[in-house]
Amino acid sequence: MSKQIERAGIPVVHACSIVPISKTVGANRIVPTIAIPHPFGDPDKSPEQEKKMRKELVQKALRALATPIDQQTVF
Amino acid sequence: MSTKYRVIYCLNQFFGGLGGEDKAYQPPQLFDGARGPGILLEKLFPDIQIAATLIVGDNYFAEKTEAALREILGVLTPLFEAQDDDKPHVLLAGPAFNAGRYGLTCGAICRAVRECFAIPTVTAMYPQNPAVEEYKKDVLIARAGEDVMGMEEAVRSMAVLAIKQLQGEELLPDRDGYIPHGQRKNYFAEKTGAVRAVDMLLQKLAGEPFVTEYPMPVFDRVQPAPPVRDMAGARLARVTSGGIVPRGNPDKIEAASASRFGVYSLQGLSAFSGETHQTAHGGYDPTFANADPNRVLPLDVVRELESEGAFGSLHGSYYATVGNGTSVANAEKYGCEIAKLLLADGVQAVILTST
Repeated sequence: MSKQIERAGIPVVHACSIVPISKTVGANRIVPTIAIPHPFGDPDKSPEQEKKMRKELVQKALRALATPIDQQTVF
Repeated sequence: MSTKYRVIYCLNQFFGGLGGEDKAYQPPQLFDGARGPGILLEKLFPDIQIAATLIVGDNYFAEKTEAALREILGVLTPLFEAQDDDKPHVLLAGPAFNAGRYGLTCGAICRAVRECFAIPTVTAMYPQNPAVEEYKKDVLIARAGEDVMGMEEAVRSMAVLAIKQLQGEELLPDRDGYIPHGQRKNYFAEKTGAVRAVDMLLQKLAGEPFVTEYPMPVFDRVQPAPPVRDMAGARLARVTSGGIVPRGNPDKIEAASASRFGVYSLQGLSAFSGETHQTAHGGYDPTFANADPNRVLPLDVVRELESEGAFGSLHGSYYATVGNGTSVANAEKYGCEIAKLLLADGVQAVILTST
C-alpha cells in the first residue's frame, strides 16, 4: 500500500515494528515503532510517558516525510 | 532400527500448540518429541523421528531477532553434543505459509542453524511471503500454499527435500518444488547458445511460445517521492494495516485475508478511545489496541501536533484494512484505490502504520 500511494506521487512514511518486512516489501521512508501489538504505545509505561513516546514517534515520522532521500531509508 | 533420520522441528507458538497471540512473546523453548505438524510428518514418513521441537513466539522473534537467534542456538547446542547416534541430522521449520513474522523466524533459524551446526535445514513458505525475498538465496524454501489448507503437501515437500539432501541427491527448483536460490549451474547442451538464441528469436517472430533461459529478476521498487517542502501547510492523511475501525466494524473487514478497506471520518474526533474504535485485526493480541486504539493509529497526539502547527491540517478521513495474510495483489489494489482518493482530496503526505 505504501508503494502504490508513493507511486501516485505522495510521500509516505511507513511506521512499523517489523522493519525487515517493510524493507523487503519496498517502503522508502521507514520509522521503526515500539512493538507489534502496540506500535505507538507501551502499556507498561504511565499514560503520560506513553503519550510522550507516541508524540515523539509521530514527530519523527513528520521529519522523515520532510527529508529528501534517494533510496530506502530507516529513520 | 527403522528410524533413520533425527529431526529438530521448529514451530511458532500457534502451531506448537502453546496458544495464540497471547503467547506471541513466548521465548524459545525445547520440547521432547513431535508436536503439531511434526506429528503429521512422522505419520507420513516412518523413517523420520522428531527428536525435539523448538517453539518460539512470533513477536518474541520478530522484535528481538538477533538476541532470539543467539538464545535458540544456545538451546540447541546440547543436542549436537550428544553421542553420534543421537545427534540431529536435519532441522525443519514451518511451513510458514503467508505469515510474515513466522516466515522471518523460519528463514533466520534455518540459515543460522545450517551455518552454526553444519546440518541441512528446510522450511516452506508461500512464494509471496515477505521473508522469501530475504532468505531464498541462503535457505531451502519449499513452495507452500497460502494458508493451512496446504499443510500436508508442504510437510511432504519439506521432508522429501530434507531426505534428498541427506542422501546427497542433486536438487532442482522446478522438479523438487522449492524457490530458486538464484544460482546458475553449468551443463552440456546439445546446441550452442547462439543457435538456441536464434531459435528463440525465430519463435518470437513467429508469435510462438518460448521459454527464456535467463528470466530477468522483477524488482518492484518505487522511486522515493520528493519530501514535503512546506510541512506547516501540508495536508496529512493516515492509513493503517493495523485494522483500527469504528466500534462494531461497520464494513465487516475480515480479521485475516481482508477483502476490502474502510474509509472512516475523523470529524469532531480529538482522539480514539476504546468506546469509539477497536481493532479488527486477527494477527496480534488486540488487548492493547482495543483499550487505546491510538497505540496503533495515533490520533490524540496527531491532533495536538496539528494545533501546534507541526503540519497544516489533518485529512478528514482515515483509511484502514487488516494486514494479516492479505495477498500482495489485494494490498496493491487497496493502495491504488486509496491513492486516488488521497489525490482527489489534495493530500500531500501520508503516515501509514502497521503492527
